[in-house]
Amino acid sequence: MSALLEVEGLNVHLPVDGSLRRVLHDVSFTLEAGKALGLVGESGSGKSMTVRTIARLLPQGAKVDGHIRFDGTDVFDLRSEALRRYRSGDVSMIFQDPRSHTNPVRRIGDFLTEAMRINGKVPAREASRRAIDLLAEVGIHDGERRMRQYPHELSGGLLQRVMIAASVAVRPRLILADEPTTALDVTTQAEVMGILGRLQREYGMAMLFITHDLELAAASCDETIVLYAGGIVERQQSKRLHDDPLHPYTAALVQARPDIDHTTGRLPAIPGNPTSAYEAPDGCAFAPRCRFAQDRCRQAFPPLLTIDGIGASRCLRTDELRGTLLAGATTEEVTQ
Amino acid sequence: MSVHAAPPAALGAGSPRHNNKRLAVNVLKLVAARLAGLLGTLFVASIVIFGALYLAPGSPLTFLTHGRSMSPEAIAQLEQQYHLDEPVPLQYLRWLGGVLHGDFGTSILFHESVGSLLGSHGPITLVLVVLSAILVIAFGLAVGVFAGLRPGVASSSIMAAATAVMAVPAFVAAVVLTLVFAVVLGWFPVFGTGNGGLDTVYHLILPAIALSLASVAFVGRLAQAAIRQEMKADHVQTAISRGLPYRFVIRRHVLRNAAMPVLTVAGLTIAGLIAGSVVVEQVFQLNGLGSLLVTSVQQKDFPVVQGICLVYVAAFIVLNTLIDLAYSVLDPRVPASGRKQ
Ligand SMILES: Nc1ncnc2c1ncn2[C@@H]1O[C@H](COP(=O)(O)OP(=O)(O)OP(=O)(O)O)[C@@H](O)[C@H]1O
Ligand SMILES: [Mg+2]
Repeated sequence: MSALLEVEGLNVHLPVDGSLRRVLHDVSFTLEAGKALGLVGESGSGKSMTVRTIARLLPQGAKVDGHIRFDGTDVFDLRSEALRRYRSGDVSMIFQDPRSHTNPVRRIGDFLTEAMRINGKVPAREASRRAIDLLAEVGIHDGERRMRQYPHELSGGLLQRVMIAASVAVRPRLILADEPTTALDVTTQAEVMGILGRLQREYGMAMLFITHDLELAAASCDETIVLYAGGIVERQQSKRLHDDPLHPYTAALVQARPDIDHTTGRLPAIPGNPTSAYEAPDGCAFAPRCRFAQDRCRQAFPPLLTIDGIGASRCLRTDELRGTLLAGATTEEVTQ
Repeated sequence: MSVHAAPPAALGAGSPRHNNKRLAVNVLKLVAARLAGLLGTLFVASIVIFGALYLAPGSPLTFLTHGRSMSPEAIAQLEQQYHLDEPVPLQYLRWLGGVLHGDFGTSILFHESVGSLLGSHGPITLVLVVLSAILVIAFGLAVGVFAGLRPGVASSSIMAAATAVMAVPAFVAAVVLTLVFAVVLGWFPVFGTGNGGLDTVYHLILPAIALSLASVAFVGRLAQAAIRQEMKADHVQTAISRGLPYRFVIRRHVLRNAAMPVLTVAGLTIAGLIAGSVVVEQVFQLNGLGSLLVTSVQQKDFPVVQGICLVYVAAFIVLNTLIDLAYSVLDPRVPASGRKQ
């Protein structure tokens, strides 16, 4: 069985002040039907660009190399009608900020039913009935009333549930969730994640889940990809990622997480600043901040090494460093 | 915003019937408040205008005596006839008393009631302003929508031209248009108002273009900017990501949302045409309120000046109220009675 989504050697450049700027660097991964894949990285690492490229929502003038195949079809070959069908039926986006991503002057009902009515030619009455059922599925039980309200009359959490309901309404085969809970408070975040995960499994949809939170990715995704400066640095089972990271950057991320046992005191922040893809030096993009960097790391962009049965890492020293990444850092933190 | 735990009692709060009722109540409140404001403004304006005319040099007597020297008795009689011998505050109160009885006074110049003068000169100005408003809306929006939706060389040139046109004063536009379209090409009459009906409208086309030109350019630029900005909005990206047809996205999301700021400013611009009409009427020698106003000011025909100015002020305020009403209908986030000014 071939994968539902295959991303292969994806390079994306965006125009900034007349010149092209790299935002994605050699991104390759696959996603099986019905599976959830996490995409983790710091701000500016290219997470949103990755999903926007998949949904063909890049800004004008973007230059794209590489391939994205959905169910065997190259997404960049899609034109007008085929592209609309792909967007309306195959993939569905959930955005980080539901407030700015819903039209403030149209009712919730319009938002929920417009795709059904316009793309699916469902009669208005039937579309409303389905929308109310969907709202119930995401835990909104006074749907009839909500349908008549405007986005500003709903809280952020409620609006994000509406967004989720709207996304799953068309039963897409792939959900692209771009930090769906970042704008919400912690309790609401858990509720919304619960609903999203349940719908994803029940409907058997594949999901590309973006977050900057390793734990959140681990809780809802089978596998996780770590992105740094527009490139993938590691791919592993979400559970193993936390205990046995392959790449020094992932290890640093794991360590930068707040520890429940040490609620006081500073987090061990990763030294240096996150780098954008266009500013990244030759060689490994993380090298300037890496405690393990050697001269050869700075020479050429390292390949993504597959480690059989485990995952992949874009670190030349993966084999020699495995198992020591976390331990080494901890002692160092203590001695500092 | 704790919509989470809405008590069952609040269930009806979002029903359309309830919403409509609330909207109607708000609209009534707004209209009542504006009406009160209108009366207050008119009152203050009338005092200011009266005072200004009194302070300005000259007197209607110069006109009444036709510049001839008259006997002091004859002058005294004229002054008495037009109450010019009374103290200014008393003159004002006399005028105000008449207004409260629906009598706006009698023109010193034309020996005609101000009401009937307004009635005979008003229609020309009304047609001129309405024609101009139609031009502003139709062409301003057409230009703006085209330039907003189709970026490119054509759009950039149109926008550059619009920027230039915006700087052209109405009287310059009037002179140039007359020269080109009336004198050289002979497509339109040079001046005058024709003999009623369609002929009058035909006579008013060139003046209307002169009056609206800068506003067309302004509204066009504004609409273009609003559409460009809306095209970049996140919610439009959502609509595109859902595979909705381009035309639907443009109509229901881009144009619908861009309409709100554009209509507000377009409305204000149209209200501004009222002031511009004075100049254009002069250039094209149209016998509307503007020309009448200029003559009356020159001859210090107090009652007429008062009457016309109050009509202008009232029209401006009424237009503003309509804009606010339209806005509160277009934007559900704005309660009808909530927007100030
Ligand atoms: N329209 C654009 N034109 C040019 N560069 C852009 C544009 N949008 C984003 N970028 C750049 O692309 C890079 C990746 O941005 P992206 O939005 O994918 O980051 P992200 O990982 O989603 O970050 P965040 O967590 O803040 O959402 C950044 O360096 C950003 O500055
Ligand atoms: Mg992002």
